Amino acid sequence: MTAYLLKRLIIAALTLVLASMVVFAVMEILPGDPARLMLGMNASAEQVEVLRDQMGLNAPLVLRYLRWAGGLLSLDFGRSYTYSVPVIDLVRERVVVSLPLALIALALSTIIAIPVGVFSASRQGRAGDTLTMGAAQLGVAVPNFWFALMLIYLFAVWLHLVPAGGFPGWGAGIWIALKSLILPAIALALPQAAILGRVARSALIEVLNEDYIRTARAKGLPYRAVLWRHALRNAMIPVLTILGLQFAFLLAGTIIIENVFYLPGLGRLIFQAITQRDLIVVESIVMLLVAAVILINLVVDFSYAIVDPRLRGRQ
Amino acid sequence: MTMRVDPPEETIAGVLAKAFGNRSFLIGLVITLLIVAVALLSFIWTPYDVTKLVIADKTQAPSWAHWFGTDHFGRDILSMIMIGARNSIAVALVAVGIGMGIGVPLGAFAAARGGLADEALMRVNDLVFAFPALLSAIMITATFGPGAVNAIIAIGIFNIPVFARVTRAGALAIWPREFILAARAAGKGMTRISIEHILPNIATLLLVQGTIQFALGILAEAGLSYVGLGAQPPMPSWGRMLFDAQTRMVTAPWMAIFPGMAIVITVLGLNLLGDGIADILDPKSRRRR
Repeated sequence: MTAYLLKRLIIAALTLVLASMVVFAVMEILPGDPARLMLGMNASAEQVEVLRDQMGLNAPLVLRYLRWAGGLLSLDFGRSYTYSVPVIDLVRERVVVSLPLALIALALSTIIAIPVGVFSASRQGRAGDTLTMGAAQLGVAVPNFWFALMLIYLFAVWLHLVPAGGFPGWGAGIWIALKSLILPAIALALPQAAILGRVARSALIEVLNEDYIRTARAKGLPYRAVLWRHALRNAMIPVLTILGLQFAFLLAGTIIIENVFYLPGLGRLIFQAITQRDLIVVESIVMLLVAAVILINLVVDFSYAIVDPRLRGRQ
Repeated sequence: MTMRVDPPEETIAGVLAKAFGNRSFLIGLVITLLIVAVALLSFIWTPYDVTKLVIADKTQAPSWAHWFGTDHFGRDILSMIMIGARNSIAVALVAVGIGMGIGVPLGAFAAARGGLADEALMRVNDLVFAFPALLSAIMITATFGPGAVNAIIAIGIFNIPVFARVTRAGALAIWPREFILAARAAGKGMTRISIEHILPNIATLLLVQGTIQFALGILAEAGLSYVGLGAQPPMPSWGRMLFDAQTRMVTAPWMAIFPGMAIVITVLGLNLLGDGIADILDPKSRRRR
C-alpha cells in the first residue's frame, strides 16, 4: 500500500512539474513585453530595459523558470500588470467565492447521484429505472450555463425567490451569501449528477451480479443491507474515478457559471485578465486550477486504498 | 498463406436486425440525421437571411412569421440555429478528427511496444488530463486571440488522451490473442499487425468513443463560444446566441430557450446513438456513463 501511494505521489508531483513547464513555455512564446506593457507605449527603450532588468526578464531561460516555479511554491505569483498588486491578493479575494461554489456543487451532485444510482440499480429494467435513466440521459445533454439561464428565468425572474446574480460577500452574513450561491451550485451540480448517477447505476448492477452478493442474500441478509453495505461499497471505485474527473469539469464549469451569475470569482477574474491582456494573472490562475485538478486526482487515488481493502494489502 | 482465426463475424443482416430493434439507436440515429440535414439545408436555404439586420423586427416573440422569434438585431432565431448547427458540427467533428488522428496511433504504439514507451505515454496522458479543455482554450486564446479555430484546437487536444487511452486498453486486450500470434509467425511487423489486425478489432470501441466525444465537443464548443473564446460574431453559433440572450432574459427569453434546446437535442441524439451502437455491437460491455 505504501508503495502504491508513493508511486501515485511521485506521478502527481511529476505531472505538476511538467504542467508548470507547459504553462511557462506558453508564457514565453507570448508576443508582447510585460515591461513595455506596464510602462505604456510612451516609455523610452532605456526605461523598458531598466525595468526588464529589475523584473529579471533578461535572465537566462532556466533561471527564470526556476525563479517563477520557486515563487509558485511560496504562493508568490508575481504582480498583476493592470492592478499593480500581487496576484495572490487578487486570487485570495476571489477564491472564497469559487471554491465554496465548486464544493457545494460537488457535494450536491454526489448527494443526488448516489441515491439515484442505488434506486435505479435496485429496480433494473422496471419503470422507475427507465424513467430515472431517461431523465439522466437528458441531464447529461444539458449545458450547465443554459440550465443556469433557465433557472434564473424560473426562480429569479418569475418567482423572485433568489437573486438573479451578483454576490453580496461573506461579510453580509453567511445565509445571504449562500443564497446567491444556491442557483449557481444547482446549475453546476445537476448535469454532473446525471453523469454520476448513470455511473453509479451501472457499477452497482455489475456488483449485484457477483457471487458474494448471492451468498450474502443466501445467508439471510435483507436486500437493503446487501445493497447499501456490500454492493455500494464495491461499486465506489468507478464512482470515485468519475468524481475525480468531474472535479476538473466542475472547476471549468465554475469559470463559466460565474459569468452567468456575475459572481466575483476566479472565473470572472480570468476573463477580465484576458481582455486586459494581464497575462500573469491568466497564467497564475490556470496554474492554480491545474494544480487543483492534479491534487484532487491524487486524493482520489488515495481514497481507492481506503475504499478497497484489496489495495491495502498489495505491495 | 495467412490464416484468419478472427472470432466469427456476425452477419450484416443480423446486426441490422438488432439495430432496428434497439430503441436508443433508432431515436439517436433519427435525431442525428435530422440535425445534419438541417445543417446541410442551411447552406442552400434558411427561412430568413441572417446577414441582414432588420431593426424594426427586433426581439419579436415567436409567431407564425418567426417560429422561434427574433433576436436584438431582428434576425430570425430559427435561421440562426440552422446555421449555428454547421458551426457546432464542424468544430466537434474536426476536434474528434484531431483526437483520433493523434490519439489512436499513440495508443496503438504504446500497446504494441509496452514498457517505457507505454509508461511515458500514460504520463503525458495524465498531464493533458490536468488541463480541462476550457483551460487550454483560455491559454490558447490569451496567446493567439479568440476564434473558432482555437476552440477546435483546444477541444482536439483534450480528445487526444481520451482516444489514446481507449485505443491502448482495447489493443492490450487483442495482442495476446491467437490470431495475432499467427500474424507474427507469418512475419508481420508491429506496425502492420496494429493496422491490419488490431485496429479493425477495436473499431467499434473507437466508434462509440467517437460519438461520445462528438457530443462532448458540441457541449464544449457551446461553452467556449458562450464565454467569447469560440466562434466570433457575426458567425452564428449556439453558444454565442446564448451569450446574447443572457442580458435579455426578462424581455426576450425565447432568445435563450431555443438555441439551448438545439444543443440539448443534438447532444441527446448523439449520446443515444452512442449507447445504441455500444449495445448492438457488444451487449456485454455496456458503456459506463
